[in-house]
Amino acid sequence: MRLICPCCGWRDRREFTYMGADDYLHRPVPDAPPEAWDEYLHNRTNPAGAARDLWYHDPCGTWVCITRDTITHAVTDGTRLEDAQ
Amino acid sequence: MRFNAWQILKQGLSGNRGWHPHWRKPDPKPDYDAIIIGGGGHGLATAYYLAKNHGLTNIAVLEKGYLGGGNIGRNTTIVRANYFLPGNSEFYSHSLKLWEGLEADLNYNVMHSQRGLINLFHSDGQRDAFARRGNAMLAQGDDAILLGREDVRKILPYLDYDQARFPIYGGLYHKRGGTARHDAVAWGYARGADQRGVDLIENCEVTGISVDQGRVTGVTTTRGQIRARKVAIVVAGRSSQVAAMAGLRLPIESHILQAFVTEGLKPVIDHVISFGMGHFYISQSDKGGLVFGGDLDFYASYAARGNLPGVEQVMEAGMALMPMIGRAKLLRSWGGIMDMTPDGSPIIDRTPIDGLYLDAGWCYGGFKAVPASGWCMAHLMATDEPHPVARRFRLDRFATGDLLDEEGTGSQHNLH
Amino acid sequence: MRRRDSGGSALERARSLSFQFDGRELQGFEGDTLASALLAGGVRLVGRSFKYHRPRGVMSAGSEEPNALVELLRDGVYHPNIRATTQELHMGLQARAQNCWPSARRDVMAVNDWLSPFLGAGFYYKTFMWPRAFWEHLYEPLIRRAAGLGRLPQSHQDAPHEKAFAFCDLLVIGAGPAGLMAALTAARAGADVILAEEDRQMGGRLLSDHGQIDGMPGGTWAAGVVAELASLPNVRLMPRTSVFGAYDGGVYGALERGALHMAAPARTPRECYWRITAKRVVLASGALERPIAHPDNDRPGVMLLGAVASYWQRFAVDPGRVVVFGNNDHALATAKALAADGMDIRAYIDPRDGLATDAPFTVYAGAEVIGTRGRHGLQHVTLRHKGREFRMDADTLALSGGWNPSLHLACHMNGRPVWDDTIAAFIPRPGMVPDMEAIGAAAGQFSTHAALESGARAAAGALDALGLRAPECAFPQAEDAPYAIQPLWQVQGKGRAWLDFANDVTTRDVALAAREGFASVEHMKRYTTQGMAPDQGKSSNMGALAVLADATGGTIAGTGTTTFRPPFVPVSIAALGAGGYGKSFAPERLTTSDAQARAMGAPMIEAGLWYRPSYFPQADDRDWRDACNREALHVRNAVGVCDVSTLGKIDLQGPDAARFLDFVYTNTMSSLKPGRVRYGLMLREDGHVMDDGTCARLGDQHFLITTTTAAAGEVMRHLDFVQQAFCADWAVRLISVTEAWAQFAIAGPLADEVLGHIFGDLPELPFMGCAPVDLGAVAGRLFRISFSGERGYELAVPARYGADLFRQLVALAEGLGGGAYGMEALNVLRIEKGFVTHAEIDGRVTAFDLGLQGMVSPRKDFIGRAASQRAGLTGAARLQLVGLRPVNAQAEITAGAHLYAPDQPARAAFGQGHVKSVCYSPTLQSWLALALVRNGRARRGERLRLDDGLRGIRVDVEICNPVFFDPDGGRMRD
Repeated sequence: MRLICPCCGWRDRREFTYMGADDYLHRPVPDAPPEAWDEYLHNRTNPAGAARDLWYHDPCGTWVCITRDTITHAVTDGTRLEDAQ
Repeated sequence: MRFNAWQILKQGLSGNRGWHPHWRKPDPKPDYDAIIIGGGGHGLATAYYLAKNHGLTNIAVLEKGYLGGGNIGRNTTIVRANYFLPGNSEFYSHSLKLWEGLEADLNYNVMHSQRGLINLFHSDGQRDAFARRGNAMLAQGDDAILLGREDVRKILPYLDYDQARFPIYGGLYHKRGGTARHDAVAWGYARGADQRGVDLIENCEVTGISVDQGRVTGVTTTRGQIRARKVAIVVAGRSSQVAAMAGLRLPIESHILQAFVTEGLKPVIDHVISFGMGHFYISQSDKGGLVFGGDLDFYASYAARGNLPGVEQVMEAGMALMPMIGRAKLLRSWGGIMDMTPDGSPIIDRTPIDGLYLDAGWCYGGFKAVPASGWCMAHLMATDEPHPVARRFRLDRFATGDLLDEEGTGSQHNLH
Repeated sequence: MRRRDSGGSALERARSLSFQFDGRELQGFEGDTLASALLAGGVRLVGRSFKYHRPRGVMSAGSEEPNALVELLRDGVYHPNIRATTQELHMGLQARAQNCWPSARRDVMAVNDWLSPFLGAGFYYKTFMWPRAFWEHLYEPLIRRAAGLGRLPQSHQDAPHEKAFAFCDLLVIGAGPAGLMAALTAARAGADVILAEEDRQMGGRLLSDHGQIDGMPGGTWAAGVVAELASLPNVRLMPRTSVFGAYDGGVYGALERGALHMAAPARTPRECYWRITAKRVVLASGALERPIAHPDNDRPGVMLLGAVASYWQRFAVDPGRVVVFGNNDHALATAKALAADGMDIRAYIDPRDGLATDAPFTVYAGAEVIGTRGRHGLQHVTLRHKGREFRMDADTLALSGGWNPSLHLACHMNGRPVWDDTIAAFIPRPGMVPDMEAIGAAAGQFSTHAALESGARAAAGALDALGLRAPECAFPQAEDAPYAIQPLWQVQGKGRAWLDFANDVTTRDVALAAREGFASVEHMKRYTTQGMAPDQGKSSNMGALAVLADATGGTIAGTGTTTFRPPFVPVSIAALGAGGYGKSFAPERLTTSDAQARAMGAPMIEAGLWYRPSYFPQADDRDWRDACNREALHVRNAVGVCDVSTLGKIDLQGPDAARFLDFVYTNTMSSLKPGRVRYGLMLREDGHVMDDGTCARLGDQHFLITTTTAAAGEVMRHLDFVQQAFCADWAVRLISVTEAWAQFAIAGPLADEVLGHIFGDLPELPFMGCAPVDLGAVAGRLFRISFSGERGYELAVPARYGADLFRQLVALAEGLGGGAYGMEALNVLRIEKGFVTHAEIDGRVTAFDLGLQGMVSPRKDFIGRAASQRAGLTGAARLQLVGLRPVNAQAEITAGAHLYAPDQPARAAFGQGHVKSVCYSPTLQSWLALALVRNGRARRGERLRLDDGLRGIRVDVEICNPVFFDPDGGRMRD
């Protein structure tokens, strides 16, 4: 499996650490109700198909938002988090 | 027909022509008291105990493929009760007791083999953590023995005690732990449920869940509409998709776990062994293959297949722990889809929709839970009250903070 | 069977090799496989079958072999399950039959064959249930002993294995006509090509066929192509290499056989496991011949026709009197060619009517083989022809039930093949694996012409995709014979007809499974074990599912296949796990003081990937406790030195660095003054404690924070995430500097004296102060912080000066009556002070649980704040950090023990908590523990029973303040 790092290009999966769905990017405002935090931290669409998730490229320290397919494992895009918001 | 040696003798002498299907292949009826979506281990066990313990027999199990085709048919078959958090401990203890009577109960040899499980530890800190676990097991009424390095060497002489990167300090020995023949568990429960009148319907995919004014009324399937007042979602590896049919968003992310088997070998590993530093566990099947696995591949996936980094991590751990294994050859690798919850523990609960129940989130530990999961899910569906040993497997525990984080790795789906 | 006097394209007859099988001395030639040498030596019986222990012989000439698995002697032990058909012969090779006792000729377990009516598919699910206790103690051990194949020796496997990466434009899998043509076309265009071939020789079926290419023998043409490829710098030829799996992103796993075929390997790795990343892939893996399920089709001497041809042509093995049983044109053509070449073919039997009979042997059209005889090897064949049954003497029965494209790799990504009626086999669909194209026989195109043509075309397509121009090459001429087949899935008759030879699955077993309701192909497979043996059903799955389709009244296409899974051929775990053996399993991280600590005799223990000294022994120590007590007392009474470099260190700089730290710590760092240090607590976003450490403000916009050793990587990833996800526009940058600095704790009442010697003029530092320092020409950093509770410092220097500084500090400390201290003493000192580590921060605790709620700022947002406010994470039901002292101070207590009220039993329902860390304090002359106790802070003074049933320890303890020593902290502050 190979993934795209926006700094380094296509790299081996061994260089990355997975975090989870890109829901983690959408942190609620501090005084959001508990339900918003529950959604943010726990509940997931968990799509079978097109998905966006977050990976850390350990050698360069870049967090990457990867667009890929959870059924075929096809990877189509990788962007910096600031471009993925 | 009861299965026993006499029957085998009789049939063998008459050309084995008298055997019948282990379960019927009925067409779905338009209406059931309860429907269980998912004909895997947990779904079949739920149906069996609904019929046996609660007298509910006008029920159907709907399976989109063939019975037992999900994780019950592709796991590493380990059965154990070595949890330590209140909430988990009593549940798995109950499950193990059910395992111990399963063959007699089902009249089906599921080959439950209590050959003993040894969890190895490799530091003082790990020993302390395993001591806590072992004491919790004793307090639950289960068995545990703390082994020192030399004790382990006597039982498992083939491990690497001299060259290892992480020396073996000792192990926690759970004698009642062991393995079972995974397919037979599904088939045994299927046959038992079928004999009690449950309709097991294969090749019947649920495509919709009907809800009217907050109450479930039935399901839509590839074989037509079916009405039911109670519907259970018991679909490991597809929980999020099926729950979404009822508008629910679950605390689940689905991951890949690979497992491996070698070519057949004469008996060489007599226990279940787990390596504390390498995420590696192994046992030998009765056919002779070494069955082993390790960690998740660590990415969300529904592909039921993994990649080489995961393979290498497991093989390297095997070489580190028991270098004799290098002469064995990997015969087959496969992947299962693990529905991971944030805290690594499962959910057996009602949902916000009346009559809709959820049995999900077994992470990579669902096999040993099959009997108790079926038992408790049947109790929940029949009585609308959680079974006492499963009362902490609540769907809302993430919102309330009443977590069951056995590994202490935190509320992130991929960390358990 | 015997060796022909001449011929054998694979053999070097000048180099004779002697070897042993089952203790018998035999001769072969360089170039032989073990199987060819055994056959040439007249050895037909090579082992026993899995279940019924039937005598078995070599069936195939490749890696699909179901029968001829033997044990091979290497490094003094026998290796199990070696395929005789792929194991190359070498001088002195020793092998023996497996799964038989006492010998392959006389095997006691053959009794199973007599009992076979009772041992059909799935019989074990129906019995062995009573009495219960007999399963583990009688039934299962018997089953296990009867099952299995070879024996795995228990000694360590430490022969060298390698793993490697490779990259290419085009990976060609298989070097038959299609693969060679594809590789040649791409190579001439300048593409980076890897050509992988399982066999020692490249050429595939051209090596065994009798056809011609461009007027020359196929083998000659292949040799020419291989020579040209070998001369090109952009081509890597990989013979003896099995590509075993297709993975995501164009990654392929491959196994290259190395020293296994050498008598005395020097330094050659036994095998090398390759990870090949390819932009495009051509699958030219050929096809596998099918046997025919006729009664008694499993005797030694019953072989695949293609294998008989291969042994004849490549290895000069004369199969004696041969009867051929085929159902396709290729079989008849092969038989004719072999007869023309001198093979003693007695008859050709084919179920099809109306075959041309221009052959030099009798052709029985519309006939079937219905039985065989010969206990340890075939003696005669019974056939049915025009309603007549008769016997025919034969040494070899060559079967050809048609060919299955070898499409396994194309199916590794969950794609399902499609049924092709014209060849009665499954073929791959395009696009099953991205960027892979199956060609030639692997795609169901069986003529040599079609193979060459598809190879050239696939290469041209790949070149196009790579942006390269296909060269003009002359296209070679070859046979383009049509392939007609009439499927024959089973022959009815008396006796059992084997499908899966390796697992002893017969047509009756499949029919029984169908009768018992196991009618889906996966159920049939699991119930009968069809296809689950070492050959994974390569030659038998197709037949089994055809028989199943017949039994259930379905079609083959509708019945479908089981799932193809990697590896294509079994791969040794030593190869896949190369690098895992011994110390190389994980990197070893060493501190700069490591050599010195070892020189001082310190036992080194693993701390994550690091090694740290456990203690520093002295000659008169009785045990480690003496050393630990001494070192702890050194710190309390004089001065101790400890390497703390393994703590994670992260350097943060920028105008928004302080603001960023406020966001990631529970407490406030922006109010910290330059030159000061503050203890900090970080939560995970789920509200639990992630890590603790210190935060030093080195300058207005410059901070250095520390993490625990265990959490260094996790914290760095976390901070990078928070910064990049939520603070991308803040002016702050962070980097790990853990390895850049060596850092030593100097702790104890005499710490200032040690530093005075180092600096001459010790800079005045308040408690929790920090300052840059000069050590001669070396710029260092000094922190007045303490993890021991004593007046103390941590001195950091660039890592390359660490070793010298450590030696100097230890010498100075020893001169003052102190010395180095290790992890054991460090642990005692921190427990005495109630300082937590990851023993307490076990991932489930909150700041509230640790009594650190005062460090949680109520006035700002920070990571973990919202989730930490959930009802379940606070309150009296929580386990809280407390101290425990045994009522009898000398009573040993243990970590991992559980806590109960003194009068209650050790049952789960009564649990009050558990012990996290223990030590014996030489200063307080008492055992101490840190524990988590339900509502513990409110229960100080209460007595509990510490219960460690595992170790038989029960001790009354009293709950107390977790800060046992110097609770107001005067010793470290003043």
